[in-house]
Amino acid sequence: MDEEYDVIVLGTGLTECILSGLLSVEGKKVLHMDRNDYYGGDSASLNLTQLYRKFRKDQAPPTGLGRDRDYAVDLIPKFIIASGELTKILVHTDVTRYLEFKQIAGSFVYRDGRISKVPSTEMEAVRSPLMGLFEKRRAKKFFEFLQNWRDEDSATHQGINLDKDTMKDVYEKFGLEPGTQDFIGHAMALYLDDDYITKAARPAYERIVLYTSSMARYGKSPYIYPLYGLGELPQAFARLSAIYGGTYMLDKPIDEIVTDSDGKFVGVRSGSETVKAKQVIGDPSYFGSSSESGKLRVVDDGMVVRAICILKHPIPGTDDSDSVQIIIPQNQVQRKHDIYIATVSSTHNVCAKDIYVAIVSTIVETDRPEQEIAPGLQLLGPIYEKFVTVSSIYTPIADGRADNIFITRSYDATSHFETVVDDVHDVWKRVVGKDLVLKKREVEVTE
Amino acid sequence: MSKQFQFKLVLLGESAVGKSSLVLRFVKDQFDDYRESTIGAAFLTQTVNLEDGTTVKFEIWDTAGQERYKSLAPMYYRNANCAVVVYDITQSASLEKARNWIRELQRQADPSIVIALCGNKSDLAVRRQVSQEEAQKYAQEEGLMWAETSAKTGDGVADIFTRIAKKLPTMAPPASRSGPGRAGTSAGRTGVDLNKQQRSITSGDQCNC
Repeated sequence: MDEEYDVIVLGTGLTECILSGLLSVEGKKVLHMDRNDYYGGDSASLNLTQLYRKFRKDQAPPTGLGRDRDYAVDLIPKFIIASGELTKILVHTDVTRYLEFKQIAGSFVYRDGRISKVPSTEMEAVRSPLMGLFEKRRAKKFFEFLQNWRDEDSATHQGINLDKDTMKDVYEKFGLEPGTQDFIGHAMALYLDDDYITKAARPAYERIVLYTSSMARYGKSPYIYPLYGLGELPQAFARLSAIYGGTYMLDKPIDEIVTDSDGKFVGVRSGSETVKAKQVIGDPSYFGSSSESGKLRVVDDGMVVRAICILKHPIPGTDDSDSVQIIIPQNQVQRKHDIYIATVSSTHNVCAKDIYVAIVSTIVETDRPEQEIAPGLQLLGPIYEKFVTVSSIYTPIADGRADNIFITRSYDATSHFETVVDDVHDVWKRVVGKDLVLKKREVEVTE
Repeated sequence: MSKQFQFKLVLLGESAVGKSSLVLRFVKDQFDDYRESTIGAAFLTQTVNLEDGTTVKFEIWDTAGQERYKSLAPMYYRNANCAVVVYDITQSASLEKARNWIRELQRQADPSIVIALCGNKSDLAVRRQVSQEEAQKYAQEEGLMWAETSAKTGDGVADIFTRIAKKLPTMAPPASRSGPGRAGTSAGRTGVDLNKQQRSITSGDQCNC
């Protein structure tokens, strides 16, 4: 440990591992450490032994769940948007060669007490119980408008200015009902609350286009998922880093973030050893007041409640789908934030056969978080085992340019990885001093 | 038509026992005295043609240095069909480390994995610290294949990979024709291929224009 590094990375969550991989490819000398003896940090996937060790200290996993090694239970519920930014990074870095992906079988939305498939084709839209006959016509016009939109062709704008008019204006122009707005804004644009309605329409437009183009890519849902769980993603990027010379140390306690008299980063102390580096990047858990390093460098920016539920049946009303996302828009259950359900199963090699793992989550609004996810839990049917966590979402208090200490964000409540990639771009820019450019890679033709 | 198989092979062993050199000799028939630690290759492939016309393609995963601080990811062991665990015959401690790796494999890898224990640097026999008898006895007890090799001279290298190749296909279930491993090509994949889809989305865009 007496070498000096360009960058020390603390925590092997997905954000840190992507950064570590990209920095190593760029030629930086990287030391990557984690206090845990497994990869993934908060975005790990755990086997049964690890899962029970984390949530039920004095209890062994029940024998009714099958083999320990068959399990890879995600700690955070997220799916990959097929045409999204994470997919671009996966393809660009070629880590896809370590991973296999499967589709998520369906995307559902809760409306008026029942769940329905989010229509993915015109046929499905026509048959969808989400809208009445006249509403379907209006929705069709709305989607045609979005699809045909060309910035440079004002004839396609129908008098709308995406950068000035609000989404409310757009909804009103097409006369869409509030319930339809709910499923478009929450199940397609994937907004967690209704703040977007009163803002300029362009971001919502882009999100809906991303959803529909992702949907078009594989057909069943806009999401894909790595076999063996989300924990494979950080592992794949860690391997990329290692292949380009990155050094990996797991199970390594971090005792101190060492700074000089000006508060600038010097190194990281573990036990009696201190490793020096020019910069440090780490997840918030290494920089909070409760962390080993002592000094508080992050602020609490709200909380997320997540219930990992083990089921012995598919979720009712989803045509026995092996995997689904269900969104309960906030208005439907008189909340300010949506409730999400993400389900995967043995099809994705994350649990034993005939077991389903569903995670119900939302942003905490009250002092009784578990009650807030009750509408989601009720959709699951009998729950065999349930692990509930309430976690703070931390954000760094400084951008790191002054002290060379760069802190990533906690995993938020969104149902996908787009904000994780935003954070990667953001940290990269601060660490490297220029934008992260993913050059277009030559695509291997495998017909 | 001749049968073709593809298998994932993982390398294990202490740092500096010659894991990468062994593969370099096997794949490219080269040796470099002052080889730096592994850098830059996701994995290498090499094909072995057996006498009965069977072709075995190895997809060889190097540790990329992640073994140094015991930080190999579960992904590394996943779906490995065979493992070559390397020790250095001039370092008795490296055999102890090899035993640890074999225990780790027995814990983490598929139970049907074929394991070969490989005593490398046989060209340095004058400095030998691990006797052939000791290593062979241990290999027999654990049901492992065993050989001594020299990545430097090439002695025994092709032979051990051929022996592994011979042992593999007969043990593999028929379904794993192309191996359950994540091949570098899309052959053998059952899920969605992101690279391929990237292409079709591009052509899709063109249609819209």
